[in-house]
Amino acid sequence: MASVPLLRGYRIERVPAPSRLATALVSLLSLLLALVFGGIVLALAGENPLTVYQTMLRGALGDWNGVAETLVKTTPLLLAGLGVAVAFRMQLWNIGAEGQLYLGAIFATGTALFLIPTAPGWVMVPAMIVAALIGGGLWGFIPGALRAWFGASEIITSLMLNYVAILFSEYLVHGPWRDPQAYGFPGTPTLPDAAWLARWGTTRVHLGLLFGLIAAVTLWVMFRRTRWGYEIGVMGENPRAAHYAGMPTKRTIILVMVLSGALAGLAGMSEVAGIGHQLQRNLSPGYGYTAIIVAWLARLHPFGAVLVAFLLAVLTVGGDQLQMSLGLPAAIAPMLQGTILFFLLGGDLLTRYRLTRVLGVG
Amino acid sequence: MRGITKRFGPVVANDHVDFEAAWGEVHALVGENGAGKSTLMSILAGLYRPDSGTIEIDGTPVRFRSPRDAIEHGIGMVYQHFMLVEPFTVAENVVLGERRSTVDLGLPRVERELAELSERYGLGVDPKAHIWQLSVGEQQRVEILRLLYLGARILVFDEPTAVLTPQEATSLIRTLRGLAAQGFSVIFISHKLDEVMEVADCISILRRGQIVATTAPNETDRRTLARLMVGRELAALVEHPAVEPRDEREPGETVLALRGVGAIGEKGLPALRDVDLAVRAGETLGIAGVAGNGQSELAEVVTGLRRVTNGTVTIAGRDMTNRPAAEVARAGVAHIPEDRLATGLIGGMDLSANAILREYGRPPLSSGPFLAGQQVNTFTDRLISDHDVKAPGRWAKLRTLSGGNQQKLLLGRELAGSPRLIVAVHPTRGVDIGATEAIHEELRRQRASGAATLLISEDLDELLALSDRIAVLFDGRVMGVLPARGADPEQIGLLMAGVAADAASQTETRSAADG
Repeated sequence: MASVPLLRGYRIERVPAPSRLATALVSLLSLLLALVFGGIVLALAGENPLTVYQTMLRGALGDWNGVAETLVKTTPLLLAGLGVAVAFRMQLWNIGAEGQLYLGAIFATGTALFLIPTAPGWVMVPAMIVAALIGGGLWGFIPGALRAWFGASEIITSLMLNYVAILFSEYLVHGPWRDPQAYGFPGTPTLPDAAWLARWGTTRVHLGLLFGLIAAVTLWVMFRRTRWGYEIGVMGENPRAAHYAGMPTKRTIILVMVLSGALAGLAGMSEVAGIGHQLQRNLSPGYGYTAIIVAWLARLHPFGAVLVAFLLAVLTVGGDQLQMSLGLPAAIAPMLQGTILFFLLGGDLLTRYRLTRVLGVG
Repeated sequence: MRGITKRFGPVVANDHVDFEAAWGEVHALVGENGAGKSTLMSILAGLYRPDSGTIEIDGTPVRFRSPRDAIEHGIGMVYQHFMLVEPFTVAENVVLGERRSTVDLGLPRVERELAELSERYGLGVDPKAHIWQLSVGEQQRVEILRLLYLGARILVFDEPTAVLTPQEATSLIRTLRGLAAQGFSVIFISHKLDEVMEVADCISILRRGQIVATTAPNETDRRTLARLMVGRELAALVEHPAVEPRDEREPGETVLALRGVGAIGEKGLPALRDVDLAVRAGETLGIAGVAGNGQSELAEVVTGLRRVTNGTVTIAGRDMTNRPAAEVARAGVAHIPEDRLATGLIGGMDLSANAILREYGRPPLSSGPFLAGQQVNTFTDRLISDHDVKAPGRWAKLRTLSGGNQQKLLLGRELAGSPRLIVAVHPTRGVDIGATEAIHEELRRQRASGAATLLISEDLDELLALSDRIAVLFDGRVMGVLPARGADPEQIGLLMAGVAADAASQTETRSAADG
């Protein structure tokens, strides 16, 4: 009776162990189908799909400038995506990466502007990193602790904390932290030079990308090689087995949520210190939500997250290019992103489950 | 029902069963776990379709495609797990089963009719009450009320008293008699012979998928019923190859001692009451009982997975009452849990991850915060080869292994550190004969090397073959402790059915409990 009735006479069954090849092929096919489907929508809107795809690719990867911008967008998606993936590994549905990102940015900005404004770079940058980890971690701790101690759904609490964090940031940039010399424009003063992350040549690619790559490798090692990573895996796959083995479930829930939030917080810090050099309105165009897509498409694998974050950045930068050179509506890129996600998740269902005919019923 | 046969894969759950129930009578269907009672009744209620055989009502053949069909023919079933939506009211739950109108549910009319029905059959259910406000017994009466409202004339109950307190059970029995007196046909599945003798007009005994006898309370006694239920064991035991002469060494010092242990079960009711048990080194204590009489909770209490509310648990001389599971395991307690895939293993992870579940936190498998990859691999490979686990390799997902091989891996893992106490719950359930033999052999070897074993099983063969003594649990209490050698399966059957006093030869009950 464990199967799901879908059509009369058929049922969906779990495939015990989908092969890697099948998984990869299905992902590829899903991507292709998504492009075909997106192409049909584009054609209906009166655009030539090939021109559109070509423009996107050229914009995102056609020259060094495009590649650099793509890497700039990859950075926050990667860091926040890794954060989400850590929590999802343990079946903790942290939807709060957006708020955790903002908290990281707020803590980092506060440190640079008010706590140690005159510190040299070698003190300033690490201090901002620590502050961002604490800020994001705190925003992960709250839903984690509520879940561990009271059984409150972290989906709801982490989601709601997003609004708290974003509105708090709004308050700061309009109110107490507003730059008095900005003629009333919302936004903090510019950070001291020592707080600016190093950039690669003349591009906007900054150290934050390195943070993301280091985090990916560290997480990979953690999941593959450490006891803690193993415990997280067991708790995610079978909480009862974890209980049976006497693993400290509550403590791990809280720690994993803190780590998840801390990584998203680092994404916020790297945006402030690497790109904006101030805390401003609309710091993130929803990186924390796109991070959920990153984590899911990467199948929660740290290196997968690197790849997926890059692909989604290509879509974003390419989408901007559509607006600029073809004058297409800004909604096209998110539409294509959504289509691809839809097909990939559908394909995922097909690799993990199969439709079988049920004999003698219906 | 005539010639009903139902197979699940290779298992024949019902084998050409003929079953008749009359209007105005209470018909009890008794048998061991897995005898096919629930399957037979699920066929009657339209949940399963038989592979062959026919169902007739008043001589007219009927065929059911679904429970809805069955209820339209007047057959309804009350399951052990109620099919009720908690936030809804009684009337709303009843309307759920109807599809007459999607716009107007006509709740006031339904509430009125339900109140009338409740009055007429003395069910005492308020149609406007919300389900979550009701006790288990009341919820059960809601299920009955729903079936009556839907027009059921044949009511089937799957172990209706299993979830009830004794007072609720008494009241239910009165209700069942009342329904029969009003002309309904009541069929109920039970293990409890006292209750069967009290309420039934007619008793059918099902064993290994076949009806072995149909009788009435005034033509039989509990002893005969118990023999009919477990009878096969009596014959099989004689020629069962597994019963080898045991070495009759004196067991050593007491390893596990429970004193006055009480615990609350999943449903919030007491699951263990004042349990005194002791197991000594080199001794196997078998726990017999019908499922749900406290066996699972007993295993959980001993292994630190469930809190005790009264009494003490002592393991190897140390007080382990309400100590964390990890500490209990470190004290040398191996646990072969009831449902290996749900509790003891991780289906979605590879064999290595499953193999190291106990030892991962200690050298040589870990150093500092890291797992020692090479050691993990050697450890897993050794476990696989030592215990003859048939698997493509340590990288294989555990879920892809057969039940027997999963169990061998689990057993190997649990018994790796030569444990002082082994808690084995249904260790051979769902595994093939070959693996069963291997598992029994392993348990015997552990006993010979001085481990104390608490063996919980529903398979009397297994208990008699492996145990030195057998304790019978009923309703969370120890009904008696008997030496396994020369134990009378009939007497065990009676104890399992909650019949204590008249079964005589109770000399062992108290004295043996203390080891």
